[in-house]
Formats: sequence, C-alpha cells, structure tokens
Amino acid sequence: MRSSPLWSIMLTVNRKDYELEILPWVSLLDALRDRLKLTGTKKGCDHGQCGACTVICDGQRILSCLSLAVMKNGSEITTIEGVANGSELHPLQKAFIEHDAFQCGYCTPGQICSALGMLTEGKAQTREEVKELMSGNLCRCGANAGIIDAIMEVKKGGDHE
Amino acid sequence: MENKLLVGKPVSRLEGFEKVTGNAKYAAEYAAPDLLYGYVVNSTITKGKILSVDVSAVLELAGVVKVFTHENRPGLAWFDLQYADMDAPPGTVFKPLSDNKIRYNGQPIALIVAEDFETARYASTLLKFVFEEEPFDTLLTQNLEKARNPKKGMSTPLKPPPPKPKGDFEKAYKNAPFQASGDFLHATEHHNPMELYATTTVYEGEGKLTIYDKTQGTINNQLYVANVFGLKYKNVRVLAPYVGGAFGSGLRPQYQLFLCVLAALELKRNVRVVLERKQMFSFGHRPQVVQSLRFGANTEGKITAMNHSAVGETSKYEDYNEILVPWSHKLYPAANTLFEYKLAPLDLATPIDMRAPGGVSGMHAIECIMDELAYKLNIDPLEFRLRNYSDIDPSTQKPFTSKELRQCYEKGAEKFGWNLRNPKPASTIRGNKLVGWGMATGIWDAYQFPARAEAILTKEGKLEIHNATTDIGTGTLTVMTQIAADEMGLSLDEVSFYYGDSKKPFSMFQGGSAITASTGAAIVVAVKELKKKIIKKIKDIPDSPFKEIPEEEIVFRNGMVHQINQPNVFISFNEIIRANKNKVIKVTKLGGPDLIKIRKFSKATHSASFVELEIDKDLGTISVTRAITAVAAGKIINPKTAKSQILGSMIWGISKALHEETLLDQHLGKYMNANLGEYHIPVHADIPQMEVIFAEERDSVINELGIKGVGEIGMTAIPAAVANAIFHATGKRINDLPIHFEKLL
Repeated sequence: MRSSPLWSIMLTVNRKDYELEILPWVSLLDALRDRLKLTGTKKGCDHGQCGACTVICDGQRILSCLSLAVMKNGSEITTIEGVANGSELHPLQKAFIEHDAFQCGYCTPGQICSALGMLTEGKAQTREEVKELMSGNLCRCGANAGIIDAIMEVKKGGDHE
Repeated sequence: MENKLLVGKPVSRLEGFEKVTGNAKYAAEYAAPDLLYGYVVNSTITKGKILSVDVSAVLELAGVVKVFTHENRPGLAWFDLQYADMDAPPGTVFKPLSDNKIRYNGQPIALIVAEDFETARYASTLLKFVFEEEPFDTLLTQNLEKARNPKKGMSTPLKPPPPKPKGDFEKAYKNAPFQASGDFLHATEHHNPMELYATTTVYEGEGKLTIYDKTQGTINNQLYVANVFGLKYKNVRVLAPYVGGAFGSGLRPQYQLFLCVLAALELKRNVRVVLERKQMFSFGHRPQVVQSLRFGANTEGKITAMNHSAVGETSKYEDYNEILVPWSHKLYPAANTLFEYKLAPLDLATPIDMRAPGGVSGMHAIECIMDELAYKLNIDPLEFRLRNYSDIDPSTQKPFTSKELRQCYEKGAEKFGWNLRNPKPASTIRGNKLVGWGMATGIWDAYQFPARAEAILTKEGKLEIHNATTDIGTGTLTVMTQIAADEMGLSLDEVSFYYGDSKKPFSMFQGGSAITASTGAAIVVAVKELKKKIIKKIKDIPDSPFKEIPEEEIVFRNGMVHQINQPNVFISFNEIIRANKNKVIKVTKLGGPDLIKIRKFSKATHSASFVELEIDKDLGTISVTRAITAVAAGKIINPKTAKSQILGSMIWGISKALHEETLLDQHLGKYMNANLGEYHIPVHADIPQMEVIFAEERDSVINELGIKGVGEIGMTAIPAAVANAIFHATGKRINDLPIHFEKLL
C-alpha cells in the first residue's frame, strides 16, 4: 500500500495562484498538464533532452520535466498560456506566425518560452550565438530557420520584455 | 478556377494563433471526467515466450485499477484480416497481448491502468515477468544470406516490385569503358516526432467511443478499432485535429491505441495512454538497408548499364517493403539494366514508412555512384547528369505529366555558383577547414488518392468544407482553405475547413506527399458541384435575372454570383440562402485521379540539391555551411508553407547523412540509444544557410490543380549531395550513412 503523504504547495502560474495537494514525485510538467490543465506546456521526452516543456520560473527558463512540483512551492511561473496579453499576441508569437517558425506546433511553446528566457539572459548577441543558446530546444519538423529568424527580428526590435 | 486570388500566395498558417498560445490540443491533452491513466510495459527480451506473470504486487498498490496482459486479454477479433489497417504490408499483423510470444525487444506485453500517471508508472516496476529466451537475429549485415523476394499482398500495387531486367547487364557492364560501383549500408532510423504517441479514449457507453489519437489517418484508425473490437463504425469516432509531427509513423494504428481502447471498453471508463520517448523506439522505423550498385558508361558519357540490388530488413511477421531500386531508371536511360530487391526477416518490429521511404535511401546510393562515374569520365557531375537527361521516363517509355528538372539544375547551379567549382578533391581550403561542394538529383512519386469532400453554403453565406484528413504540420488547413476560397470566390475568413475527424467524408491517411492533391482535388470537385446546385436554385427564383443566362457565363466572386462582365447582374449568397428558406445548401463529392488519362503518363516530382560543407582537417568534424534545393513539384498552392516543407526535409536529409542513427546491440537485440540525448537530430546550431527554389512547372495532366506534392521531394537529393561534397573536400568516398567524423580520421 502507498503511504506517501500529499504535500500542500502554492504555485503562481500566469499571475494566478493555485493551491495544490500533490504527491512529492509529480514533476512540475505533469502538475501543469494533468492537475492545472495547462496543456500548452508539452511533454516531448520527460528527460530534459528536448526542451518542449520549457517554462519561465522566477524569471528563468527551466525544463519543467526536470523539476518536481514540490521544489517550486511559492514560485512564479509563466507558461505559454501566459505569454500573450489576452488576445493580443506577444511580438515573438507574432513573429513565429509571420516567419512560419513551426509546422506541427508541438515544440513551439517550449521554443517561445525558451527564447523569452534567452533574451532576458542577454548573453546571445549574434545569430550564431542565438542558435547556440537555443539548441536545447529540438524541432523535428525542421522549422529551425524560421524560429531563429523570428527570434532575431524580435531581438533587434528590442520589444521582448 | 477563373480567379486565383489566394492559390499561390504565401498565406501564414491559419492555426498559427492556436499553436503559439498553447491552445492547440494534441491527443494526450483532452480532458475527460474521472480519467484513468495507462502505462505500457514492454518486453526486455528479444525473442522467446512469457512463462509466467506475477501481478500481485501491482494489484496491492493503492490507485491501481487493472493490469492487462496476454493472460486476461478478452477474446477479440479472430481473423488477422480484421487487424489489417490500410497500410498493413503482406503478412500477419501484430496483435498486442494476443499470446505469450515475444517477437521483438520492446514489444508491449502489459498495460497497467491506474487513477494517476505516477502510480501507473511506479506499478510497472512491480510487475514481474518470467521469460524463456530463444536465439534471435537482429543485425541485417549478419543475415544477408536469408534475403528472399518480398511477399505480395494488398499493398503491392502501391509498392510494386522492381522493373524487369533489360538487355544484358553483365556483358554491358563488363564492356563499359567507364565503371563505378559501390556498396552502401544505411542505419536504422526512428521518426521521433516531438509529440509522444498518445490516445485519450472517452467511453460514451453502449459500445460507443470518442477517441483522440495521434495518427495520420483518422478513418484508418476508426476502421481498425471497429474491426478489432467488434464495434459499429458509426460508434467509433477518431479525432486528430492537431498532430505533433508523424513523418510516416502514424500511417498505421500504433499499439497505444489498441491498449487504450481495450482498457476503456473493459473498464467502461475514460482512459489515456501516452508512450514515453524510449517507447517511441518500440514500433516502426526506417529499416536497415544494404545496397549494391554498378553503373557503366561509354566514352561519350552516356550510361549503358545500371544495376541496383538491395536487401532491406523486415520483421518475422510482416513483409514491409520500400520502393528502393527503380529510381535511377526513372531518371537516366540505359539499354542494360538489372534491378533486384529482397527482404531479410529479422526479430525486430516491422519497419514503417519514414519520410521519403525507399526514395531517399535509393537516391543516396544512385547519386553517389553518378558522382563517382562523372569523376571517372572527367566530366563535371552536373554536366554528366545533363548528358543523361531524359524528357520521358526511360523505364516505361511514357512521357511525364510534367518534368522541369532541367530548370532545377540550372536555377540551383546558378544560385549556388556551381560553375566556380574546382573539381579537384581537397582543392579548396578555408583556414583549417577543407571545403567541399556536392550536388545530386532528387525524385519522388506524385501520388493522388481518392477523397470525398462536403461543401456547404451556410446560412451566413459562408463556405464550410469537411474532410477527414489530418494536418500533421504540413499546412493542410491553410492550403485547403485557399483552394476552397478561390473556387467559391470568397476570402479566407469566409471559408472554414473542418478536418481531423473520422466522421468527416473519406480521406486516406496523410502520407506520400499526397494529401494536397487528394483532398484539394476533392474540394474543387465538391465546390464546383455546389456552385451548380446554387445556379440551379437561383434560376428557380421568381423573376431571377439569371433565368436565361447560360451556366458558363455565371461566376462566383466576392460572396456573390455574377453574370460575367455584367457587374449589375448579381445575387449575394445571403439572398440565395433567404430564397432557399434560410436553409443551407450542401453537396458531397468524390474526387480522384483520372486513372485512364494518367495511365499513359509517368508522374514524378524532381529536385536538385547543392551543398557546401567544411571539414576540420584535424578532427574530421563536418559542418554543412550552405544548402540549396530547387524543386519541380507542379503548382505550389502556398509558397510559405511549401518552402517550410522543403526546408524541413532538407534538414532531414542532412540528418540522415550526418546525424541520426538508431544503434542496435546485436548481443541483446535491443536499441541502445532510445532517447533524444543519444539519438542525434540537428539542433539550431547545426542548421546551415538554406535556400529553396521552386521551378515553374505547369502540369495540366496530373490533376485539375496541377498539384504534385512537396512533403518528401526536398529530402531525396540531400544525402548524396552531402556525401559527394565530402568526397570533394577530402577525396574519400564514404558510402555508409550516417557519416560521422571518425569515418574521416
């Protein structure tokens, strides 16, 4: 018989507070998808190898499959559902559509969250550096060129806050 | 179509908003009340049988609802044919949990169903199987002597055997003054779409199911479920509105569908089963293949003899085959030919079509031999191809419906600067890097399947189109909306295309670069019929100004019906609906290729790829720096989404040449790198500067729209162009793929 206690945690996701009673081994990714029904964050490998589950946690991009939900008690999280302002898309989301930066769309939430985190980090200056620092986010459709074009456009525009 | 306002325009994807906001829902993301979670357990042995299974510890675990194994699987359909999906190759379809036999490593052997995912996954560690192992064969190169002719079956017409020999190959090859030959070994590859295979089954009661499934064919999977579980077709609805990539892996129902439906029906509950990434390596794959080629040419640089013999891997239970060897003769004339294709059955899962199946592997070998022969002849590789250019299909002597390959060669070469190439290997140096330029030809079939479309003029005077196809990321929603809007004379926002649902009119699975032609043609036929019906109705309206106007003078434009060149004679769609007592007007029509007309022709898409790469002199590391692909694929409906298809497939080509392979441990019979950390696909940093050129190609024969498909053609020339560039950079011919740096050290 299982005797693991449920843990009470609080997560602020997309500016909304959620109280959760959760088993300690539930990943942040599964908590978002299965408990909070925020399925925009994707599971591609569950091993930190593909980047599809990237979210912004306390200002930094993280792989939500490699974090347990209980470790993020009290954290402020932005998922893809919180990137747009209502129906007004973020410039990066608009740029993704304009540059055809996705095909199947499954890696897209992770690419966008990762790019927002990368732009905040401020380390990448050139296109080559952006490519390097986005390389943790796989795209199997091969929409890579459009993804980097979209990020570069927003980076140059400077309106990525 | 008289007014092509949207066809040919680079329209951005219409589902873009949903995809960039996370609103697009995939198979594992549909909520259902009291949902149960299934976790699949896979065999850890490669061949043998299950002697016993101990579920006691699992069933003691709180939260576990049921364990399904071969011991308690209910009796289901008896005949193998009932398990045969539309893409089933000759043989006996694998039936999950049907017996205690283990056919391959990773075969699903149990499903644990629990109240939550974590419990189901943990429970899998408590499930104990006792196996009896048997010796197995898994490595193709050690089993070539077992190769035999492929069996024939229902899928044989789509994948015919190689063409018969012509002339006397052996004699002609022996006498050819110039010869090139080589053996080519290709690694196993797995599709690895980013979305994991998943099914959410909603149990509606009374043997009725709504199934959200990851698939390329909603109707294919609907028929499979209904046949296997003995349900009425109308009670099984398969939905796949968003599909997170598939690349062929979704052409057949995968085992999570079977297991999820089994659990839902047995437990009368809603159930979800999602595979893990490692399990994405436990069903179909691109097979290992061994190819042997010998080409001979005369002193004028004309090919006189061509032999292409190949052995592919298949499973012990089905004969998966690819169209691997006949491509060279669809491009190049030769009086003496010998084509052979055999299969070696191994203890592995049955392979399944993977992007450009057969074509990309065959063309790699063919175009490397062409490059080598050009060097032997001391002719520029592009010039050698032009000398052997044929406007007709040399293998059938039939004309092509269209062939603008020459334009691809010319435009690609010009853009690339091919004429500046110094042919001497290892002649171009950039710092510490050897620079290589290579080119190759690509070819792929131009398929079209029958499809039905329903067209509805709605009460609001807008157009609805319904068809069961999926959109696996190709842009199907967008191009179908463009096609329908133009045909009806409406704008994009006045047309809605409903798809990804087995309840909609018929579509084959989305594969073979066929859907734009298939569903697109059906839409044109349906909308034309709808317009006829509308014309009849407006003629019947009392005092209609259209009464005496012949049908060919009536046009549909801007949401109205006009008399041509008479702007004052019109009626709006809204008025038509009012006159129709506020009822919608609808038709359903079947579209398909004109087989009698097409029979007189050969059909193909063509491409030419040009690649530049750099190789580190000391480390042998290879980076592609530039790649251009020129494509002749008939009418391009949407240059934006079509370009993305070509760019994506070029990356697939680079990946096949330089990155991806699934490595098999022959002692365990098991794949060793079943994860995305060790199964290497190109990342952003690997992507070179790439360009796509579309040749102007008008095709008035292939179908009404002149569509030939773009999903695969962009991949077929790249691996050989990469390998030929490596030869140009280093003077080394590396025939086995992928080419990793150690092969150059």
